Amino acid sequence: MSPLLRVAGIEKRYGARIGCTDVSFDLYPGEVMGIVGESGSGKSTLLNCLAGHLAPDAGQVIFDTRHMGPVDTVTMSEPERRMLSRTDWAFVHQHARDGLRMSVSAGGNIGERLMAVGDRHYGRIRAAALDWLDRVEIDGARIDDRPSAFSGGMQQRLQIARNLVTGPRLVFMDEPTGGLDVSVQARLLDLLRGLVRRMGLSAIIVTHDLAVVRLLADRLMVMKDGRVVESGLTDQVLDDPQHGYTQLLVSSVLQV
Amino acid sequence: MIDIRDVSKSFTLHNQGGAVIRVMEGASLYVAPGECVALTGASGAGKSTLMRVIYGNYLAASGSVLVGGLDVVRAEPREILRLRREVLGYVSQFLRVVPRVPTVEVVAEPLLALGVDPEAARARAEVLLRRLNIPERLWSLSPTTFSGGEQQRVNIARGFAHAYPAMLLDEPTASLDAENRAVVLDLIAEAKARGAAIVGIFHDVEARMRVCDRVVDVSGFTPGAAA
Repeated sequence: MSPLLRVAGIEKRYGARIGCTDVSFDLYPGEVMGIVGESGSGKSTLLNCLAGHLAPDAGQVIFDTRHMGPVDTVTMSEPERRMLSRTDWAFVHQHARDGLRMSVSAGGNIGERLMAVGDRHYGRIRAAALDWLDRVEIDGARIDDRPSAFSGGMQQRLQIARNLVTGPRLVFMDEPTGGLDVSVQARLLDLLRGLVRRMGLSAIIVTHDLAVVRLLADRLMVMKDGRVVESGLTDQVLDDPQHGYTQLLVSSVLQV
Repeated sequence: MIDIRDVSKSFTLHNQGGAVIRVMEGASLYVAPGECVALTGASGAGKSTLMRVIYGNYLAASGSVLVGGLDVVRAEPREILRLRREVLGYVSQFLRVVPRVPTVEVVAEPLLALGVDPEAARARAEVLLRRLNIPERLWSLSPTTFSGGEQQRVNIARGFAHAYPAMLLDEPTASLDAENRAVVLDLIAEAKARGAAIVGIFHDVEARMRVCDRVVDVSGFTPGAAA
């Protein structure tokens, strides 16, 4: 099996300041990788470089495309990258309103993604939207409601539906459970885990919540000051951290 | 099936003056298919540490841990994950699950992860839950609110859902009544009969005598002990 994503030597600078540097890893199909670190550690910068939202100053992000095989997404043209981000990638934002169109109905939010990849059949699009509302546990009767009328947890689930309806292979998530009540978080985690397994998705999840990565991620990367200080199997990194910073991070979590 | 050679383990506490705690040296152990080996030794001697090293949860400092031919000490995360899915089961003392997931799905999950048909996985989960005397009315509820003994039995059901060729059992009979304890010992005997290699911690001496073929005292792996 070949990697779905090969990241080599990614670096992003903001003037003299390092956003992230020297980041390399392979991600295989079906793998879920967590990236943890405190605010300012460079984890979101890295995620945005990987997802094509930011242009890295150095390095390669080689994605195994369906039709052309492995391609460096850093050097591909903007339209190509935009198409890839519609067909093969998904990006789940921390704040659902950044990933949704608040003035468009729930069904429209899902359908829009399908239309962006060329689907024009109204009945089929609406059926897919209903199917996805059901999968993310939103009552189909709400299909014509705008997301502004939804709770935070529902908005987040709708954002996930909008992202996954096109059957992507790689999902980027930036603090997907951040800002939600604990009970809503659990429901979302359960949902994400099920979707990842059933769809065979690969995912990269940025979070500062170690409990979230323990439940969702197979592998973990710990970042500090823009660099990866430790990586490995999630439970091994959390239960037997080797780097001083990871030890500090793990020992700082309040036990419940 | 499980072949541990000259394993050492130490912890470096970077935030406490870089103190290095050596907890294990020269640990070697071979477990054949169909064999059950009990780890013994006083509390703190390193029984759980050795189990965690075998599972890849703790990173060994040196030596090799071969499980089904894969060296856990040097393997990539995805290789260890595959090993855990297909080859090496682990019944820990604590149940760690996503809240809200029904008990029957918690138990069926190892099979679903292997791609077993959901109906068949659910059926197998129900057989185990019934054997372990978890009342049927609880199956659709999350085990997070269950009593300690019930959680333990859910954990065991989950651990035995897939017929792993190798298994680690951490006090599988602790906090169980006589009836459920007997069920667990039967499950272990059945696993041995189909050829599973098992390493376990059994404080329950009678249980240990019933299912274990050998006893290995891990005090022999404590640094300085052999000298």
